[in-house]
Amino acid sequence: MDSGGRDVTDMTLRGTSVTAAEAASRSAVLKRLRLTDVVFHGLTRAAAFAVLALLSGVIIALVIGAAPALGTFGFSFLFDESWNPVTERFGALAPIYGTLITSAIAMLIAVPVGLMIAFFLTELCPMVLRRPIGIAIELLAGIPSIIYGIWGLFVFAPFLQEYIQPFLIGTFENVPVLDSLFAGPPYGIGMLTAGLILAIMVLPFVTSISRDVFDAVPPVLKEAAYGVGCTTWEVFRYVVLPFTRVGVIGGFMLGLGRALGETMAVTFVIGNAHHVSASLFAPGTTISASIANEFTEAVGDLYTSSLVALGLILFFITFIVLAIARYMLLRLQQQGR
Amino acid sequence: MTDMTIVASKSPLYSGRRRRNAIAKTLAWIATAFGLGWLVLILGILLFEGLGGLSLSVFSENTPPPGAAGGLMNAIVGSLIITVLAVIIGTPIGILAGTYLAEYGRHDKLSSVVRFINDILLSAPSIVIGLFVYEIMVAPMGHFSGWAGAVALAVIVIPVVVRTTEDMLTLVPDTLREAAASIGLPRALMIMRIAYRAARAGIVTGVLLAIARISGETAPLLFTALNNQFFSVNMNQPMPSLPVVIFQFALSPYEEWQSLAWTGALLITVTVLALSIIARSLTATRKSS
Repeated sequence: MDSGGRDVTDMTLRGTSVTAAEAASRSAVLKRLRLTDVVFHGLTRAAAFAVLALLSGVIIALVIGAAPALGTFGFSFLFDESWNPVTERFGALAPIYGTLITSAIAMLIAVPVGLMIAFFLTELCPMVLRRPIGIAIELLAGIPSIIYGIWGLFVFAPFLQEYIQPFLIGTFENVPVLDSLFAGPPYGIGMLTAGLILAIMVLPFVTSISRDVFDAVPPVLKEAAYGVGCTTWEVFRYVVLPFTRVGVIGGFMLGLGRALGETMAVTFVIGNAHHVSASLFAPGTTISASIANEFTEAVGDLYTSSLVALGLILFFITFIVLAIARYMLLRLQQQGR
Repeated sequence: MTDMTIVASKSPLYSGRRRRNAIAKTLAWIATAFGLGWLVLILGILLFEGLGGLSLSVFSENTPPPGAAGGLMNAIVGSLIITVLAVIIGTPIGILAGTYLAEYGRHDKLSSVVRFINDILLSAPSIVIGLFVYEIMVAPMGHFSGWAGAVALAVIVIPVVVRTTEDMLTLVPDTLREAAASIGLPRALMIMRIAYRAARAGIVTGVLLAIARISGETAPLLFTALNNQFFSVNMNQPMPSLPVVIFQFALSPYEEWQSLAWTGALLITVTVLALSIIARSLTATRKSS
C-alpha cells in the first residue's frame, strides 16, 4: 500500500503523504479531464447555438435577398397579379392564391380521410394488422415528393383529364358557383390536380399523428364510455376526439405546413401560369413552384429578388403555421404529464 | 337477453345509433383502403415503369443527350458524393446540439428555444433552404457548386439528427449517469462513453432517417448544385444529382429521357424505403431487448 500512489482513492485518504511527483501527475490528469469537460460542454453549446443561427441566417439571407423587390414594389407586391419579366413588374398574388387554394384542397380531403384511418387503426383494426397497416401508411410518408410529382404528371393528370374532369364539368354545368369552379377545358394539369396530389402526400402525416394522439387516450375513459353502452363511433366521436382535440389540430397544422411548402409534387402538375382564376381546372402556380421553375432562368436582379421575396413570404406563412402546430402539440404533452 | 335486444332494436333512437355506427365503421374501412390503395398504385406503377428501363447501362453510362440512349451513372455518383458530404457536415453538429438539449440544458431556457426552432426547421419548406444556401454560397462565389448542394442538404440533416439524438439520449436511464458520476467519471466522458453507447442504435437510426430524407430532396439542389450533363467529381463545379436529373428528364419531351426518369425514380424510392425499413428494424430490436 505504501507504493500504491496510483490508486486514487488511496491517495485521497492518505493526503499528506503523497509525493510531489505523484501530486503533479494527478493534477495533470485532473486538469486534462477538466479541460475535456469544458471543451465538450462548449462544443455542444455551440452546436445548439448553431441551430439558432441557422434559422436567423435563413431569415436574414431571405430578407436581404428580397430587399430590392420589396423596396421597388412595396406592399403592393402582395396584391399584384402581374408577373412580367419583360417589363420587370412582379406581384405575388397569383402564387399566394395558388398556394392557399391547393393546400386547402389537400386539407379538405386529407383531414377527414386521415381521421377515419386513425379511427380504424385505433378502434377497429384487428390487432395483427395494426402494425403492418401503420407501417404502410408511414412508408407513404417516406416516399420522396419528386416521386409523387412524376407519378402525378404521367399517371394521375392524364387520368383526371380523361375521366374525372369532363365528368365534373358536365355534372356542374348548370349549377351556379360550382360551374365556375369546374369550368374550362380539362387540361389535366392545374390547381385541382396539384391539390389532390398534395392530399395524398399529407394524408400519412395527418394519419400517423392522429393515431399517436388517439393511442394516448387513457383506456379507462374509453372503457367507461363503452360501459354505459356507447357504440364504437360514439366513443370515438364524443370521448376520444374531444379529449385529443388539441393534438389533432396540431397534427393538421403540421400537415398544412407541409402542404404549403411542398415543391416538387406541385411543380410537375400545376402548369406554372401566373393567373388568378376561379376555375380549379385552370393551370396556376404556387410560391414554391414559381421558385423551382424560374429561379435558375431568372435574368436581372429584380426578377431574382422577386422570387426570393416569394420565398420569404412562404417562409413567413409556414413559420406561423408550424409555430401554432408545435405550440398545440406542446400543450398536449404538458396536459399529458 | 334476447327479449331486450328485440325491444331495443325496435326503438328508433337505438336503431339510429346503430346505423350511424355501422356507417362510420364502413367509412373507416373505405378510408383505409383508399389510403393503402395509393401506396399500392404508386409503387406498382413505379415498378412497372422503372423496371422496364433498368439495365446495367443505367449504372455504367452517363446521362445521354436528347434522343440517345444512356444511363444515370454521373447522376448516381453525384448524388452519392453530395449525400455523403451532407451527412459528414450535418451529423456532428446535429449530435452535439442534441447532446446539449438532452444532457446539459435539459430544462434551461436556451434548450426550450432551440427545441422549438429545431422543430420549425424540421418541417421548413426545403426550397427555402435552397434559396438560403443560394444567397450565402452561390451568389457570393458566383457559380453553382457541389459544395453548395452538400451544404443545403446538411441544413436539412441537422434538425433530423438533433431531434432523434435528443429523444434517444432522454431514454437512457438516469441511474446509468449517476452510476458513472459516482465513480468519478467526468461528465463529458460519461456522455461519450456511457450515454452515447447506450443510445447508439437510436442515434444511428436518426442518421439513417436523415439520409432517407435527403436522398430524395430535389428542391434545395435545383439552384445550389444545379445539374451537369457530364461526369464530374469536382465539388467546385455544378454537379448532377439523381433527383434533379429526374426532374429535368421527366419534363422533357424525349421518350428516352422520360424512361430514364422513371428508372431513377425507382432507384430513389427503393433506397429510401430500404433505409427507413432498416432504421425501423434497428429501433424495433432495441425496444424488444
